[in-house]
Amino acid sequence: MFSRAYRAAVTIPPLMWVMVFLVVPYFLMFCYSFWSVSASQTIVHSWNLDNYRQLLTVNVYWQTLLRSMGIAARVTLFSLVLGYPLAYFLSFHAGTRKDLYYQLVIIPLWVSYLVRAYAWKTILGSEGVLNTLLQYVHLTHRPLEFLLYSPFAVVLTLTHIYTPFTFLPIYAALERIPRNLVEASHDLGASPRQTFWRVILPLSIPGVLAGATFAFVLSLGDFLAPALLGGPSGIMISNIVVSLFGAAYNWPLGAAISLCMLALVVSLLFLSERLEKKWSFS
Amino acid sequence: MELLVNATGMPNSRSNWLTVHAVVVFGFLYLPIAVLIIYSFNGTGVGGFPPRNLTLDWYRILFADGAIWESVANSLTVAAIAVLIALGLGIPAALALDRSQFPGKAIFRRLVLLPLILPGIITGLSLLMLFARVQINLSLLTIVLGHGTALISVATTEVFAGLQKLDRSQEEASLDLGANYWQTFWRVTLPNLKLPIVGAALLIFTLSMDEIAVSFFLIGRDNTLPLEIWGRLRRGITPEINAISTIIFVFSLVAIVLWYRLRTKAEGTPEIAAQLVETAVQGD
Repeated sequence: MFSRAYRAAVTIPPLMWVMVFLVVPYFLMFCYSFWSVSASQTIVHSWNLDNYRQLLTVNVYWQTLLRSMGIAARVTLFSLVLGYPLAYFLSFHAGTRKDLYYQLVIIPLWVSYLVRAYAWKTILGSEGVLNTLLQYVHLTHRPLEFLLYSPFAVVLTLTHIYTPFTFLPIYAALERIPRNLVEASHDLGASPRQTFWRVILPLSIPGVLAGATFAFVLSLGDFLAPALLGGPSGIMISNIVVSLFGAAYNWPLGAAISLCMLALVVSLLFLSERLEKKWSFS
Repeated sequence: MELLVNATGMPNSRSNWLTVHAVVVFGFLYLPIAVLIIYSFNGTGVGGFPPRNLTLDWYRILFADGAIWESVANSLTVAAIAVLIALGLGIPAALALDRSQFPGKAIFRRLVLLPLILPGIITGLSLLMLFARVQINLSLLTIVLGHGTALISVATTEVFAGLQKLDRSQEEASLDLGANYWQTFWRVTLPNLKLPIVGAALLIFTLSMDEIAVSFFLIGRDNTLPLEIWGRLRRGITPEINAISTIIFVFSLVAIVLWYRLRTKAEGTPEIAAQLVETAVQGD
């Protein structure tokens, strides 16, 4: 029913924009990753694999990448542990307060990411709220130093940020479960525990996968929380990329690392989608 | 659910446990926000328990702080233009995905949605390389282009979801009655998409106001608010930052309430945020 001109008019402008501002930049990143920097700090356009070789051989790069994946994995796990039971509670036990509670989960998302990371910094610091509170009630006598500038602080902050994001798709998945399935399971003699493990949990897996992927991918690439709260032991891979694009001035190496991250993210998305298809029953 | 609870024999143990868990999670989510707000009134600075010397001084200092307000104005401008770009391209993109067949459509869809799930650093850096190659100086304009590009995904997702529910027969009727495509678009298609468009605009505006990872690499001489705050955090922290954050939080709350009222007028509008996370990950 739509003419050729109509279809061209709605297709071409976004397509062009995506070409110029997404495809070309990703392609440039790809190119940069094979170039190098001369002693006089200019980009040398000679194609080689040196940057990738460095990635594999220089310990600090792959170790930081592994540490970042470890941090992201912990954030994902904690977000699920906090988010899943909350979503279950809202969907099955909150009754008429459901909508109110739902809004209460969403509201923190409207507070700036940076501001929430900063708030954790003011809580965890050696002169911060938590340490002074602990001393005020005489639980400790000197500040606990491990709270701030540690991987702990980064995991805590990122968990705080990604828990609502993990909650959302899980809650949506739980809400989509037809309630008569749950009733049928009960009528056929299953205990609530069995109903949960055999009916509710399997049907909510797509939501879990979406939430987990979102939390893992975005915390993996984060550089603000580690820069603000991580200290030397909480550095993540993106912090290295930031310094390569800044003071260290090695764009090609930074591009190579970014491209590896991009490849990792895209393959995770692919995997998550395959799994999600496998687990969806509709 | 009554049945389920009663069937356990110990009626509320399970739901008690869940309630405690929910209280803990809400505590965890709101603790930093509460601390943020309380310490914006704390005379002795950020941190230190209990808060003492409650004062409005930090707000007074904030209102006299030209650099902050300049960055707020910059952020508002950037967000407004980003909304226009993202909607201006996201609406046609959604229409194209809904109604047009072209080679590479599936890839196009993936590409549009990618910035939603990609860590901001990748979007930011790839655009930085583009601007460096074609020698465009970094400024608020490059930030606008970055935000616009990244947030087309939000507009496309929302409008596409709206189109899926749209009754095609209205558009058909309009065309049969002699209106051309352009008139049909303005008088039938667009009014029917009002809610997803307003929702997307609100979300894009908020996300742009808060955006820092992409802006971090595309910033020129003028700061946006998050980057201004970022710069100050490196120099040391004052409750002034708590004060500006509190003010913005209050404005966001007003926006949520407005959006919520608007949304509940339409039946069965899917929750925008959940939908975004799912689309970002699963691509459909």
